[in-house]
Amino acid sequence: MSVYLDHAATTPMLPAAIAAYTTALSLVGNPSSIHSQGQNAKRMLEEARERVAESLGCDPIEIVFTSGGTEAVNLAVKGLYWARNAGGTHPRILVPRGEHHATIDTVEWLERHAGAVIEWVPIDELGRVRLNALARLLEEHDDVALVTLLWANNEVGTVQPVAEVAALAARHGVPVHSDAISAYRHVSIDFAATNLAALSVSAHKIGGPQGIGALVLNRSAVVVPLIHGGGQQRDVRSGTQDVPAAISFGVAAQHPVSSFAPLRDRLIAGVRTAVPSAVLRGDPDSVARLDNNVHFTFPGCEGDSLLFLLDSAGVSVSTGSACRAGIPEASHVLLGMGLSEVDARGALRVTVGHSTTDADIDTFLEALPQAVARASRAGLSDRDVTLRPVGVGVSGIDA
Amino acid sequence: MKILAAMSGGVDSAVAAARAVEAGHEVVGVHLALSRMPGTLRTGARGCCTIEDSMDAQRAANIIGIPYYVWDFSERFKLDVVDDFIAEYSAGRTPNPCMRCNERIKFAALLEKALDLGFDAVATGHYASIRTDDDGNRELHRAADWAKDQSYVLGVLTAEQLAHSMFPLGATPSKAEVRAEAAERGFSVATKPDSHDICFIPDGDTRGWLADRVGAEAGVILERDGSVVGSHDGAAAFTVGQRKGLHLGVPSPDGRPRFVLEVRPSSNTVVVGPKEALDLAVVAGSKYSWAGRAPADPHTEFACHVQIRAHADPVPAVAVLRDGELVIRPDMPLNGVAPGQTAVLYLGTRVLGQCTIDRTVSAVALPVS
Repeated sequence: MSVYLDHAATTPMLPAAIAAYTTALSLVGNPSSIHSQGQNAKRMLEEARERVAESLGCDPIEIVFTSGGTEAVNLAVKGLYWARNAGGTHPRILVPRGEHHATIDTVEWLERHAGAVIEWVPIDELGRVRLNALARLLEEHDDVALVTLLWANNEVGTVQPVAEVAALAARHGVPVHSDAISAYRHVSIDFAATNLAALSVSAHKIGGPQGIGALVLNRSAVVVPLIHGGGQQRDVRSGTQDVPAAISFGVAAQHPVSSFAPLRDRLIAGVRTAVPSAVLRGDPDSVARLDNNVHFTFPGCEGDSLLFLLDSAGVSVSTGSACRAGIPEASHVLLGMGLSEVDARGALRVTVGHSTTDADIDTFLEALPQAVARASRAGLSDRDVTLRPVGVGVSGIDA
Repeated sequence: MKILAAMSGGVDSAVAAARAVEAGHEVVGVHLALSRMPGTLRTGARGCCTIEDSMDAQRAANIIGIPYYVWDFSERFKLDVVDDFIAEYSAGRTPNPCMRCNERIKFAALLEKALDLGFDAVATGHYASIRTDDDGNRELHRAADWAKDQSYVLGVLTAEQLAHSMFPLGATPSKAEVRAEAAERGFSVATKPDSHDICFIPDGDTRGWLADRVGAEAGVILERDGSVVGSHDGAAAFTVGQRKGLHLGVPSPDGRPRFVLEVRPSSNTVVVGPKEALDLAVVAGSKYSWAGRAPADPHTEFACHVQIRAHADPVPAVAVLRDGELVIRPDMPLNGVAPGQTAVLYLGTRVLGQCTIDRTVSAVALPVS
């Protein structure tokens, strides 16, 4: 029986979301069709949109369904940039360090291909954006296209001061996008109250299906679309909408929120007892940290060794950092927080969700000390190896 | 046993992993990430190191039904293989990066990590055999298929490394059988081309790649008597034995082609001469190792065969350990050996040991001018 503690990567679909999804799969009707089947599909789609809107404190018309979180982030960042910088007047994008790769890769693409100037805003040792640095940049530059930032860091769980950032930017008339994919349903989000231009979410992080997300796009926000053809969804995101996925997303969005903080805090305390040398990363404050996130670094250990050993023991966790085709690299979030590359490599992210039990946590905490002991023996991958002595006259058995 | 199967994404390592499972071992597949910035798709004759190769390895692991992980050895690989390759060329030597990778990465960094994490051995798709002698010593032997035999590049393995290595393909009659077996098992890589080029040189242009990194300065090409016969754009781009690309302005006295005899990076000069001047009577190296049990008395001359390239013919020789140096005297002169190359010694099919050649003695004295 394997224990799943990687809910930040994706969390199991809620039974109600599965039921709604599978039922909807047998319906026929394109929501853009005029006949009654089309109207029925459209009705169900719009009900789903209303449910998602309600969970985010926005108007239904502000919900643009996308293929997932990454598309939502791309649409927000590129779309706002292209619209704001139409005449080449606003090429600057302000981005904190430690953002998700959906954002980093997007702004770097704009830098390479569309003349964007990126200002990387420093983060503190807990992973929180330095507001004074952001304020200074907004003061210094009148050519800022947008500010984009995570609502909460997906690796270390630190909740960002989104409202303060939005208020600061509003004073300069600069639109703000927030990637709330990891924060959605873990912190309270009231879009209407935040002064944001756009906000990205994804269904599969909250118990809905993979393959659908949404960009919340303020009525007044102007974005240039990524995808053309058909003019669906405010002309912003063309293409036939995925009705069954939207329905399932809507059900997941309405599922009552419960706090995972007790499980998280049990895990944090348990890790500290089991492995006293482990260092908690991200904000230790209960409310300034995502309620499902536990993130430690284990000195002298390689995260991928720990992951392998725990997987062998039947526990699924994450190193937290981005992988390109599974190729591990030191977390840019931890590096941005000031950790050395060596320290950053020993990272493990453990995230809980609606299916997590106390027994899961027991299993993890039982397996952890041995895994850390072994991984510590194996050390870091760039260390010198002793198996083959280097030098002159390397001998065999009896030479 | 608990076996770590190193899976490059090629057909050999996939079949090796499958055979290890069938032999009753508990197997985990591991792909080595050797570059921080891997290419996306495979190009040319490279058989590893792209994302596509990693996916191929994963698909094979899926079909075999074993867990699969990617482990990052990019830093170690850069230091021990890539930087070493550049440094060796800069010093006028001709290194073998595949041997270096076996010596320092696959059967060192990877093997040691595997042992520390609870594995008993590392299995690879190399064509070579491990046997155990009557006293329980592990021996490295040539593969059954001499055409595919890779025992040469494994010649650097010591007794301890051999004790924790497994080569499931060693007894296979031919590569064709491995491909047939892969097809039968449903591996998508059954028809994937063999890799030939150096994995970290994307387009296979070793000379161009080196020129960008070694730094090239114009210098002169000399005859052995010191007379200048041409010029070059950088000594490090030349390899001992090379004939083409010399562009010599002065024809040789006898009208016969000239070959690179020596590269001297310190003076940025290249020495050329007739083909027979490449013949060597002795090759020797102070960095040597024994592949398992050493000869009973290595300080007394012993008969063996010496092989100086992965696919060169073995040549009868006598060897001896003298003053901390393994000295090898072939029965007939060896041709075109560059410092930095590895001489591997064989006793029949068994690999006895190896040294990195750092000293040679010509078979032909400099002609009196």
